[in-house]
Amino acid sequence: MDILIIGVLLGGAYALMAVGLQLQYGVARIMNLANGEILVAGAFGAFWFFTGSQVSPLITVIGYAPVAFAANWAIYRYLMLPLVRRSKSEGHLEVDSILATFGLSFILVGVMLALFGGEFFSYSFLEKPFDIMGQPYEQNRLVAFLYAAAFCVGLYVWLHRTRMGLTLRAVSVSPEASRRVGIDVAGASALAFGLGGAITAAGGGLLSTFLVFDASIGIIFTMKALVIVIMGGLRDIRGSIVAAFVLGLTETAVASLIDPGLTLAAAYVVFILVLLFRPQGIFGRRAT
Amino acid sequence: MGKAGRPTRNPALDGGEGAAAFLHASTKRERLMKTRSYVTAALAGLLAGALSIGVAQAQKTVKIGASAPKTGPLAVGASITHWPNVKLWVETVNARGGLKLKDGQRKIELIEYDDRTTPGEAIKNVTRLATQDKADFILAPYGTGFNLATAAIFAKFGYPMVTSTSITDKQEELVKRYPGIFFTLGSTSAFSEGVADVLKKMRGEGKIGKRVAMVNVADAFGIELANAARPVFKKAGFEIVYDKSYPLGTQDLSPVIRGAKAAKPDAFVAWSYPPDTFGLTAQAKVQGLDTKAFYTAVATAFPAFVGKFGAAAEGILGGGGIYVESPEMKAYFEAHKKITGKSPDYWASPVVYATYQVLEQAIEGVGELDRKKVTEYIKKNKFKTVVGEMDLSTGISNKFWTVGQWQGGKFHGVNSLNIPGAKPVMEKPAWK
Repeated sequence: MDILIIGVLLGGAYALMAVGLQLQYGVARIMNLANGEILVAGAFGAFWFFTGSQVSPLITVIGYAPVAFAANWAIYRYLMLPLVRRSKSEGHLEVDSILATFGLSFILVGVMLALFGGEFFSYSFLEKPFDIMGQPYEQNRLVAFLYAAAFCVGLYVWLHRTRMGLTLRAVSVSPEASRRVGIDVAGASALAFGLGGAITAAGGGLLSTFLVFDASIGIIFTMKALVIVIMGGLRDIRGSIVAAFVLGLTETAVASLIDPGLTLAAAYVVFILVLLFRPQGIFGRRAT
Repeated sequence: MGKAGRPTRNPALDGGEGAAAFLHASTKRERLMKTRSYVTAALAGLLAGALSIGVAQAQKTVKIGASAPKTGPLAVGASITHWPNVKLWVETVNARGGLKLKDGQRKIELIEYDDRTTPGEAIKNVTRLATQDKADFILAPYGTGFNLATAAIFAKFGYPMVTSTSITDKQEELVKRYPGIFFTLGSTSAFSEGVADVLKKMRGEGKIGKRVAMVNVADAFGIELANAARPVFKKAGFEIVYDKSYPLGTQDLSPVIRGAKAAKPDAFVAWSYPPDTFGLTAQAKVQGLDTKAFYTAVATAFPAFVGKFGAAAEGILGGGGIYVESPEMKAYFEAHKKITGKSPDYWASPVVYATYQVLEQAIEGVGELDRKKVTEYIKKNKFKTVVGEMDLSTGISNKFWTVGQWQGGKFHGVNSLNIPGAKPVMEKPAWK
């Protein structure tokens, strides 16, 4: 039971890292390697508002989500769209976008280093125990999990119940066909990219309540998010969410029952198993 | 997307709006003129550069090279412990007019490079400093691995290498191999013995029992220390009731603390790195792992640690420590804060600064920039530094702090090798 709860809480944290990237890759077809840096930028935002003016990160992350959205929208519009336009195929775009966002990640690290310096950042927020069935759990992790759950459910409902969501899903299935039926593919992609970035930044703010971070730590989050997105299947948001929880539960179970030293190994074993037996991902569709 | 379906767009204009606008705005002739003015500007720049080099040479400076991480995994540690001291030292020396040599005073000219936390880059940087920049002296890099990696280059070009952030049990071997290398911060075995000493003392006073929970980060540093600690703890009569490692960068350390708590230890020891030092402490606090002795290795001495945990840091043991009360140390903390805008850490920072003081005093003692003579001078003399008198005649300083403890918002040394002024160890109060 203990393992289940810790695993689910960790899964929530992983979902915060990965869902934004999933949206960006699934719809806009941009494999955003600067995902981790956006997350760290969100963490810095939360840190700055909390230590500077005592604003709760739980409010900050909602407050700066529109800013993050605008920034990411602009990144797509002015940095990615030229790449999209000149690319001849999806593979071509993937290579281009990986290179471009990899470069972008260096720029963002540089900017954050210049602004905040290279030190560790950490603060205590809701670092209190919360008892579930007699066992203490951290409140900040619990809150982050609740936010993650809200984001995921909200996103899923929005994607499946609204016209805008339908548009995004259509682009995700086939940008080509979407264009032919009159969908503004560039607009929808920019929207998805911006939204994904906003979720990632908000996630960063929430994660900063219990993780230690610094300006150049983003790559760690990017790697984790990539593993989750690839495991989950590239086109379906549910896949990433499920993969995040699978990973969280596996790592916790291995750490508690076998040895904490094997968590990384266990995560990659699961990853390899998924790639071997369901190369299209947990929720991916087999190519026909 | 982007294969077809956009027949109306002119592909030539799709390359980038900025470039297209530029093409439209300027005619060919205008562009030619611009090119010319760029060339003139570049030439002027070159000329100015050459002139300033001339001026610098006329003033005669002492060129000091520095290579350490500004980016990469170790950048955080270096930005707290290494770079601020470089800045502080150069500014302090230059403020008093520079280094006093036989032919007059000369200011320091600093050349700094980022090693991007890669040993290959560090080796390249040091080579470049020696051959291209012709640095008069080079400051030792940051981190054990980087000091070991560049030691051969320092030796090859005959530079004295007074290391600080380099903790290894291979020191004696290295001192024999490289005549110009010096060690000042202690060794791994002294480190684990220091912790065993503190725990033994606490047990002798009846504060703790003999059950120890020990965890370590699965990295060269953590593994080496855990391996060194096992026999030392057993010899001291302790029983290791929990002994696990976790990978570097683990995001959730709650299973580790849960496991340790289930083993009902009297003392908790973690050979940890900065991110996990924070993570383990936070988890122990939330889950109420209340041991009377609680030790986390690296970063416990960082100002950010007490910044995060505040009153809860009281009584936590960690690697390092300093003699907070000495007037030199107080002056150092003040100057560090004033010039770099932040506080130093309570362990390696003052030692890093002390190694620069050794170099400074040796250069002035010799009175010229002869590297061989300076190395000899370091071996034959004792130095007054911010961490007290330093004796490097054997190549290894046998005076250093091994364990510190947060007491009243300051990280006091509580266990050392040959340094007076250790504070008595206190029992860690329950988490606040």
